[in-house]
Amino acid sequence: MEENKDQILTEVTKGDYKYGFFSDIDTDTIPKGLSEDVVRLISEKKQEPEFMLEFRLKAYRHWLTMKMPQWAHLRIPEIRYEDIIFYAAPKQVVGPKSLSEVDPELLRTFNKLGIPLEEQKHLTGVAVDAVMDSISVKTTFRETLAEMGIIFCSMSEAIREYPDLVKKYLGSVVPFTDNFFASLNSAVFSDGSFCYIPKGVRSPMELSTYFRINAANTGQFERTLLIAEDDSYVSYLEGCTAPMRDENQLHAAVVEIVALENAEVKYSTVQNWYPGDKNGKGGIFNFVTKRGICKGDNSKISWTQVETGSAVTWKYPSCILRGNNTVGEFYSVAVTNNYQQADTGTKMIHIGKNSRSTIISKGISAGHGQNSFRSLVKVIKSADKVRNFTQCDSLLMGDKCGAHTFPYIEVENESAIIEHEATTSKIGEDQIFYCNQRGIDTENAVGLIINGYTREVLNKLPMEFAVEAQKLLQISLEGSVG
Amino acid sequence: MLEIKDLHVSIDGREILKGINLEVKAGEVHAIMGPNGSGKSTLAAALAGKDSIEITRGSITYMGENLLDMKPEDRARKGLFLGFQYPVEIPGVSIVNFMKTAINEQRKFRGLDPISASDFLKKMRDKKELVGLTTNLANRSVNEGFSGGEKKKNEIFQMAMLEPLLAILDETDSGLDIDALKTVANGVNKLRRKDNATIVITHYQRLLEHIIPDFVHVLYKGRIVKSSGKELALELEEKGYEWMELEAE
Repeated sequence: MEENKDQILTEVTKGDYKYGFFSDIDTDTIPKGLSEDVVRLISEKKQEPEFMLEFRLKAYRHWLTMKMPQWAHLRIPEIRYEDIIFYAAPKQVVGPKSLSEVDPELLRTFNKLGIPLEEQKHLTGVAVDAVMDSISVKTTFRETLAEMGIIFCSMSEAIREYPDLVKKYLGSVVPFTDNFFASLNSAVFSDGSFCYIPKGVRSPMELSTYFRINAANTGQFERTLLIAEDDSYVSYLEGCTAPMRDENQLHAAVVEIVALENAEVKYSTVQNWYPGDKNGKGGIFNFVTKRGICKGDNSKISWTQVETGSAVTWKYPSCILRGNNTVGEFYSVAVTNNYQQADTGTKMIHIGKNSRSTIISKGISAGHGQNSFRSLVKVIKSADKVRNFTQCDSLLMGDKCGAHTFPYIEVENESAIIEHEATTSKIGEDQIFYCNQRGIDTENAVGLIINGYTREVLNKLPMEFAVEAQKLLQISLEGSVG
Repeated sequence: MLEIKDLHVSIDGREILKGINLEVKAGEVHAIMGPNGSGKSTLAAALAGKDSIEITRGSITYMGENLLDMKPEDRARKGLFLGFQYPVEIPGVSIVNFMKTAINEQRKFRGLDPISASDFLKKMRDKKELVGLTTNLANRSVNEGFSGGEKKKNEIFQMAMLEPLLAILDETDSGLDIDALKTVANGVNKLRRKDNATIVITHYQRLLEHIIPDFVHVLYKGRIVKSSGKELALELEEKGYEWMELEAE
């Protein structure tokens, strides 16, 4: 009987990672390793204005003085920066005017990923910026959006075409000195998405970026900047996948959001980087700095993330609630299966009066996975009547995994009301047997239980993504019943 | 419908059932009574196919097939239902969603299309009324925050929804006040048909005032020591289980 239990336990991840293929695409890469020359070369390849090169060089010089942070509850082998290729771009016409100029192999790749770049084939109401390795391949619906004054393009194009906006906001939320990986990103970021919603405009469609790592031995360093002017609204989605490889690959992104008065930004991520095989070999190292500032009064930023991929995740999408009556939200589902490790959570920095934040985190650990939740709720002295509600739940499957929570609360104003709830539970054999007894097999039972557990978070995702995320969770945990 | 022959069951190496023989035919209601620790719940778990149960000897035939060869979910799909003594909570999963999934899994097994939304809603309404379940209960998560009585009513509601051929009710009466007991018994009686059968497992005689069994069996120390008509229940109530000890020897 014990044996039987063990057998079920070890039958982990029968559902293979279905995005693990590699596309043979003619790629322009630079020699491996990092130096000032490499930083200059990247900037040159992207035909950037002088201010960008300066930004990069300052960041690089600062990075050289920094050390990899050790405080996270993660075990990470040494990353050899001299072996990483910092720029790899599929060879193609820069800024293709039409799809006929895009390499057909690239189109096939994105089709295979379920992200058709032909606008007529695409999910109605979703505009996509498709990024492979270091560059943006194609941004759909640009013209439609431009009619409303919305700028949605790759970061490279934004730097060339809207230098004033970029100059004003880039690094304003995540300065190049912020942390080790943010500094590295600031020095070598290659592409990403840029989005600007003008005053009073509600984006009529979901904007999304799809990140794909393809080339071997490369790092991906994308940079996303999202600016929502007064009274505007946008919902933004991000998805990511990578081929299956035995080596680890580095991904260090930065996302900055600026929400001005009365603006609302929803940022949703379905992160499905290759997690490594069931013995913990390979997979993406994911070190991401995501931060938004509710700069104007009554503005709102909401982060929703579903994290199923990566060998290592280090990520804390945060909100600086600077305006009065601002709202910050963080909804997260993080899965660690096999030998995956995640240290993820959020920071809510309350500066504005009457600012409110909600943190809902649902961790799921299976196999030998280690899942840590880390949060900071900070209320400064002048921030009156702040409210925060935090709920962090951990679910364990099997007896070889771990769940850890590290909540930090720093309150300097007595009028604040801070609530923190935490639970840890186990998917019981009793729950599964109960489902079995009603005719539901074990795989579906686990799916059902997981969906119930994560419902609060998945409900925050746009409809199509919620369905995808549900399937993804089920696949990620297939067979890992304990 | 069900034939249990010389069933021996162990849990963690300890023998709990020591040779059970029982035959249940369609249309019948059987009551299994016995003191705590006599093996009543183990018998229910063995029939449903719980993992921790080890069958060391004997056979169970259900609808002409070897029940012991079937996975728990297949037993359920073939019409075997267990009303749990301690129904578990499944947070975040609504009873509506849970029942819909269960019904469709069972329909799929029988080669039927998924139930239509309108048929499902109608069925929910009808069965809720049948077992006296309040509307808002069905919208809550499975058993989450339910009182003892609500949990048991919910078991009977699920039984009504799934329309089993053989229902085993494991101490469905325990922890119920008299009104809840009547509601539960009422539900069971209304679901009685010529082609289905029920095994009622209970410690007390009082449930059997409301669900009239055709046969009463007394389970004592892992064996059925006495089988008779419904009058046996009254005799037991009067004389207590110690009397059985004498009978057994």
